[in-house]
Amino acid sequence: MASLKALKIRINSVKSTQKITKAMKMVAAAKLRRAQEAAEAARPYAERLEAVVSSIASKVEKGPQAPKLLAGTGKDDVHLFVVATSDKGLAGAFNTNIVRLARRRAEELRAAGKTVKFYTIGKKGRDQLARTYRGDIVHSIEPGDLGKLGFDSVQEWASDLTARFEAGEFDVAHLFFSKFVSVLTQEPTEIQLMPVAVAETGAVAATAGASVEYEPDEEEILADLLPRNVSVQLLRAQRENAASEQGSKMTAMDNATRNAGDMINKLTIQYNRTRQAAITTELVEIISGAEAL
Amino acid sequence: MALHFELVTPERLVRSEDVHMVVVPGTEGDFGVLEGHMPVMSTIRSDADVEIYATAGSQPERIKITGGFAEVNDKGLTILAEHAG
Repeated sequence: MASLKALKIRINSVKSTQKITKAMKMVAAAKLRRAQEAAEAARPYAERLEAVVSSIASKVEKGPQAPKLLAGTGKDDVHLFVVATSDKGLAGAFNTNIVRLARRRAEELRAAGKTVKFYTIGKKGRDQLARTYRGDIVHSIEPGDLGKLGFDSVQEWASDLTARFEAGEFDVAHLFFSKFVSVLTQEPTEIQLMPVAVAETGAVAATAGASVEYEPDEEEILADLLPRNVSVQLLRAQRENAASEQGSKMTAMDNATRNAGDMINKLTIQYNRTRQAAITTELVEIISGAEAL
Repeated sequence: MALHFELVTPERLVRSEDVHMVVVPGTEGDFGVLEGHMPVMSTIRSDADVEIYATAGSQPERIKITGGFAEVNDKGLTILAEHAG
């Protein structure tokens, strides 16, 4: 049986851990609200751009002169996985879930005889992927605080990726991130980043019927819009990730706080029992001493 | 009798209001958009001002935008810009 003093120290240490996890949970809750707002603010732009790109893309012929970003390289041998995670841990299974999905998809493509390379955004994702695919990571980015990320830095990554694509480093790019469904649920998601996946139906109807004037012509507008679409997809992924990270962190810290509470209760009971046992022993000693006289 | 005008950046929805006229700095020249304009899609010159006339004859409000795209359809005018303001 642990001594009274040891138990007391233990209880105090768990209590201070609980204070920390509680504070982290509240910080995550506050950040989550802001991240969620940012994710929602980015939505109108992404939706409109997607609608416009789809409607123009359906009008442009996929001939040899079509932009590479739309038509692709004509092969699908080399795949690039853009894995977006965060720089920080302590967010439950947030990073692990994204990496797990990427890893599973990579194994599938490898089994089909394709080459898979990685382009990591976020320290945690890189560290986890480096365990098995060290040689295949072509570039890593450390984005810092996901919530404070602006469009400018995302644009830099997008132009880097586009340049690599134009140079023929890879044929297809996939983007992995965690979609924010609710505070309790975040869904690891994969989307095709390059070549641009165009919805064949749906948005086309918006402009159909009316004769639209293009200034300059469709091809030039498309050439201007496609790289922008890549940046917007990346930004959207970052925003979703930011919200998911905070949501996941909040849940994880809530669990930790509750576990600490349970542990404190258990330790307190043990502490009281030990104290009572000590008192009983003392009493027995006194009484038997008095009786002996 | 007003034109519905929306200015959207990746960060947020900057404007969504009914105005009289908007002058858009297109790549091939400025063009004014009034209500009932024919459908147009146009890219936008970098570092140019959009002029917004809230009512006929009022002083225009200028918003500087970079890297953008304008679309006019029967619902109004939408400008997608990378930066605004």
